[in-house]
Amino acid sequence: MSEMNTATHVPVLQVSDLDIEIRGVNGAFAVVSDMSFSVSAGETLCIVGESGCGKSMTALSLLRLLPEAASIAGGKVLIDGQDFLAMDQRQVEDFRGEKIAMIFQEPLTALNPVLRIGEQIAESVRQHRKCNRREADARAVDVLRLVQMPDPERRATQFPHELSGGMRQRAMIALALACDPKIIIADEPTTALDVTIQAQILGLISDLQKRLGTAQILITHDLGVVSEVADRVIVMYAGRKVEEASIFDLFDRPFHPYTIGLMGAVPGAGASSEAGDRLADIPGTVPPLWNLPKGCAFAPRCANASARCLKERPPFEEKRPGHWAACWEHDDAA
Amino acid sequence: MQPDRTPLLSVENLEVHFPIRAGVLQRQVGAVKAVDGVSFSLNRGETLSLVGESGCGKSTTGLALMGLVKPTGGRVQFDGQEIRGFNRAALKSYRRRMQIVFQDPFSSLNPRQRVKDIIRAPLDIHKVGTPAERETRVAELMERVGLRPDQADNFAHQFSGGQRQRIGIARALALNPDVIVCDEPVSALDVSVQAQILNLLSDLQRDLGVSYLSISHDLGVVEFISHRVAVMYLGKIVEIAPKTRIFAEPGHPYTELLMRSAPSRDPRKRHSFSATNDDIPSATKKPSGCPFHTRCPLVTAVCKTTEPALTARDDGRLVACHNR
Repeated sequence: MSEMNTATHVPVLQVSDLDIEIRGVNGAFAVVSDMSFSVSAGETLCIVGESGCGKSMTALSLLRLLPEAASIAGGKVLIDGQDFLAMDQRQVEDFRGEKIAMIFQEPLTALNPVLRIGEQIAESVRQHRKCNRREADARAVDVLRLVQMPDPERRATQFPHELSGGMRQRAMIALALACDPKIIIADEPTTALDVTIQAQILGLISDLQKRLGTAQILITHDLGVVSEVADRVIVMYAGRKVEEASIFDLFDRPFHPYTIGLMGAVPGAGASSEAGDRLADIPGTVPPLWNLPKGCAFAPRCANASARCLKERPPFEEKRPGHWAACWEHDDAA
Repeated sequence: MQPDRTPLLSVENLEVHFPIRAGVLQRQVGAVKAVDGVSFSLNRGETLSLVGESGCGKSTTGLALMGLVKPTGGRVQFDGQEIRGFNRAALKSYRRRMQIVFQDPFSSLNPRQRVKDIIRAPLDIHKVGTPAERETRVAELMERVGLRPDQADNFAHQFSGGQRQRIGIARALALNPDVIVCDEPVSALDVSVQAQILNLLSDLQRDLGVSYLSISHDLGVVEFISHRVAVMYLGKIVEIAPKTRIFAEPGHPYTELLMRSAPSRDPRKRHSFSATNDDIPSATKKPSGCPFHTRCPLVTAVCKTTEPALTARDDGRLVACHNR
């Protein structure tokens, strides 16, 4: 396996103006609109947002694994320079695993319960590589060792239910890594895990990235996870990007009122909290995607909303160097 | 509000053991000691958090105190009275004063009932007031938890997760309980809504003086909501201490591991988490001696053979560790 330590800043994945819609009983509505981003080798991009913001749909579309009711309505996805959305099913299958792979949230449902761990990994290797069964089995044990699975030879012969939650997630990461993909998409990879196990898996993910130099997209709702692993962050709300910045810019000076609200709403983030204190909650709830407000989708919950916010949707623009947001507010400090 | 110091609820050596049966005759071959000798007290107006990872017994402790699973041992005293045998009669008056809010607002509310009927159910069961009084009380409760009383005729499925959790809280408040067991009340909610519910719980405590036994795995929630914190590991409490003290300086090595594992809130102060696999042992195969010894950096010979007792330290905390 190749060793690479520095990000080369060549985008291996470029998404532009991606639109995803769902066909409902009352017609189609957009779940993701105008998503554009790119990721380079060795870089970790975090896409953060609450349920229904479109982050998981975005992730699934990058593997063309959208559920049946959903479809890509527009935009472009370039993987390693090649137009992924224009490919036929066979090419897509070649690309999955080999170029782009996914780590799902719940390994117990994502892994095949009736296949041994080693067989599942070897199956994927044999699909992409010209090799015999023995070589594929050996590769399976190798990747299990790579993800620091204890006793990898024995674990390869076990079934998913015989492993603990943390080990199952290691097995899934091994499966994703089996064919040396250039891009890894991880959808809430630690959400189902206990905090001490989550720490180990986050440690493993960072460690592997340093060693392998893969481009990584991590989908999460947890700003703590973002703070631990991200190089760059996209904040989504109601199907759109509302903010994008480097991790330090975002945490030092968040721009969008939604991002500021999210950060304030996380309990325990303050230096010390006394019982009886209040959290800075965001009033109201996320609007339903089939009935979005006319202007800025966040306006009904935003303390700074003006008449314009309720009428016109703000463009996604560069507010400070390298720091983008969709908000009518100007940066007074800049 | 400063909590009153007379314990309202005191729990001594609570045990919940589930039998493991095997073979054709379903003979008992062992036991899962889900809760294995847990003692603590809860004061009026106080929030005590039980914190720990899955399988530590925190939820089972909560369910046992509600009589929703039957304890296999130990004593529970509520307001000076012992709850004997956890039978129907003993539980009925006790349950009036002790209520529970569940984790999942989707499965803990009957989707075929109207909100007003859900909230009124405890009043009906305990025959509180006239039908007209109950109606008024329901409207009052809905307002209290931030729901519009004109939504009383709606069904639970017409509400969002956060609103459903408000319904669950209104139901728990209906009988003016002294204690509410909050079993991960916000873990199924989005962050922005989670903050609304945490604020509501905090307001209710300030205004009504209710005590919370909060069950949580989220250290942020624990830090926000608690006065005192009890850390559980494999059915045992390993440390109890005032919130401010435990977060400033964890006493038990497991508390320390928990706190060190929580993601940093500052990207400039990232942890360098170890990627090494270090699993929580299964509750069916508990280690001998101290249950934490297999993962403990301070482990010595005595830890493998003798279980440490939860003992008081100079600074007022209780810690179960031979080496701390």
